[in-house]
Amino acid sequence: MSLKVWVPLDAAAKAMGADAVAAAFEAAGAQVVRNGSRGMIWLEPLVEVERDGVRVGYGPASVAMVGAIIDGSADSLGPVEDIPFYAKQNRLTFQRCGVIDPLSMADYEAHGGLTGLRRAIGMSAEEIVTEVTDSGLRGRGGAGFPTGIKWETVRRADAGQKYIVCNADEGDSGTFADRMIMEGDPFCLIEGMVIAGLGVGATKGYIYLRSEYPDAIDVMEAAIIIAKENNLLGRVLHSSHEFDIEVRVGAGAYVCGEETSLLNSLEGKRGVVRAKPPLPALEGFLGRPTVVNNVISLATVPVVFEKGAEHYASFGLGRSKGTMPIQIAGNVARGGLFETAFGMPLGELVNDIGGGTASGRPVKAVQVGGPLGAYFAPEKFDTPFAYETFDGEGGLIGHAGVVIFDDTADMLGLARFAMEFCAIESCGKCTPCRIGARRGVETIDRIGEGDVSAIPLLVDLCETMKDGSLCALGGFTPFPVMSALEQFPEEFAGAREEEFAGAREAGAREAGAREAAE
Amino acid sequence: MSPTADPPEPTDIGVIIRDNLHLEGPLLPILHGMQAAFGCVPDAARAPIAQALNITEAELHGVISFYHDFRREPAGKHVLKICRAEACQAVGANALSEEVLSRLGVNWHGTSSDGQVTVEPVFCLGLCACGPAAMVNGQVRGRVTADALVAEVAQ
Repeated sequence: MSLKVWVPLDAAAKAMGADAVAAAFEAAGAQVVRNGSRGMIWLEPLVEVERDGVRVGYGPASVAMVGAIIDGSADSLGPVEDIPFYAKQNRLTFQRCGVIDPLSMADYEAHGGLTGLRRAIGMSAEEIVTEVTDSGLRGRGGAGFPTGIKWETVRRADAGQKYIVCNADEGDSGTFADRMIMEGDPFCLIEGMVIAGLGVGATKGYIYLRSEYPDAIDVMEAAIIIAKENNLLGRVLHSSHEFDIEVRVGAGAYVCGEETSLLNSLEGKRGVVRAKPPLPALEGFLGRPTVVNNVISLATVPVVFEKGAEHYASFGLGRSKGTMPIQIAGNVARGGLFETAFGMPLGELVNDIGGGTASGRPVKAVQVGGPLGAYFAPEKFDTPFAYETFDGEGGLIGHAGVVIFDDTADMLGLARFAMEFCAIESCGKCTPCRIGARRGVETIDRIGEGDVSAIPLLVDLCETMKDGSLCALGGFTPFPVMSALEQFPEEFAGAREEEFAGAREAGAREAGAREAAE
Repeated sequence: MSPTADPPEPTDIGVIIRDNLHLEGPLLPILHGMQAAFGCVPDAARAPIAQALNITEAELHGVISFYHDFRREPAGKHVLKICRAEACQAVGANALSEEVLSRLGVNWHGTSSDGQVTVEPVFCLGLCACGPAAMVNGQVRGRVTADALVAEVAQ
């Protein structure tokens, strides 16, 4: 019997050379399964070999190591599930990711898949929604809105056609949970969408998936075909319910992660934000009642039904119930996806789980929640990871990306980048964001040039953007800017006078040359 | 991956439109279809798309120009996307992209004079724990160096 080997097909594993490693194992006669990632990205490609019924890990693996892995002479990491980073997690949403062949329905079912859906089919729509409400599940895309309440609004809406739209436009830097689950356990997302459909009376689902994720698009599309062949889609498990899903590919606009902008994009329009009300739950895709949920929210639904709302709600902290797949990234020794109950202090995630910086230098700050999230200096590392606690510190958990920076980080530069990014990605609908972001870049440049009188102006601008923007892009860009300014004021104090004077002179010379040419 | 150089045929344009017209919200799938076939959304496709969807060409232009992905001209032989987002900045993406741009002699969105490569910024490839990250012709690359990227697009 040939050796059974798992080599992830996850994009992060591929980015580190997994395809070549998989090909080398196949050439050597091994039976290769392309699994998802276990989330220990610093070990990718993380190859697993079955020895005496236990999956033993090798990583980061390379083509040169293939012979030694097969004959057992290579240094192993031991049983993969005993690696502390993995063993310390509470894997609910990601229970199968990295374990199973993502495109094997048999593997999926053997690991608890479809159990939740079978239970849901025996429930009324009202009972399904109540179960989700009782689980305490909140929107994992960042806003943290209770999922059950959103579903209830759609369930009660009277319409001939309703939709489930999955927001897979995961554009926040430092986040890759959506990508990982779509590549590593796509049926889980499909099952969650089907249950949502049963709960609210929708028969059609769309997955709006960003074009930056071609590998996830391929896996999701393949999974949908297999789901149709196995009656997970179509006539759902031979019941009286119908549900179908289409993948729609985004086109590189960050703002389309905002739900109303996403709906416009799905309809084939510019991805501009819509004013609310009307809520998408009542007038969403094509003006019809629509559930718009993040990938992780929907992919968590099957486990809620498999193990019960009470089980899910038994994890967490206060009103932040359940678990969160936290993504530890940036300048980090052990980066990856760590699913844990809400409540773990930020510092424990950064230092104990992540192992501090990859560069070995001290941690200067971490940005939590993507480009719209606040920077946290180590003084705030005792903050428990949860919606309310982060809000209380002037931040947000967003999609739970934690990006670590070492002491070489340029905080003024990062604040400027936040404004620049907002200016590039603004949809242009509301004035505070469209104009404010551009003025923000200019104002930070003035501060960088040593004009400290511009600091109150920046604070005022941030207030205006926060209070007056239509969506989180303009409304939350002040979080990284203000948190950098408040915690690292010395970097905004005009110490860069010389550096910017040089740039100003060069600019003046260029302008002079242009005038002379005219 | 590299786009075809042949000028778009009106019949091909019509087929792409027709194949997507049954969808709810068919415009983005049509535009992606054009770009997959021609390497860009050709100007010649604008009138037929507007006609088929019963929208003005001004509205169509608004949509095409809103999204970073859609091009008016085909890209170079290779398309190199370098992540500029924070997680990659934390591991040196700014210095990396400056070096790559300078060695290739292009600016962001620019194509090298020999048509060999187009370099574009991208804001997150979801490879934030193995940055700096890049994408070469749709293939993901982690912990990249300027040397590796420049060598790959030189082929």
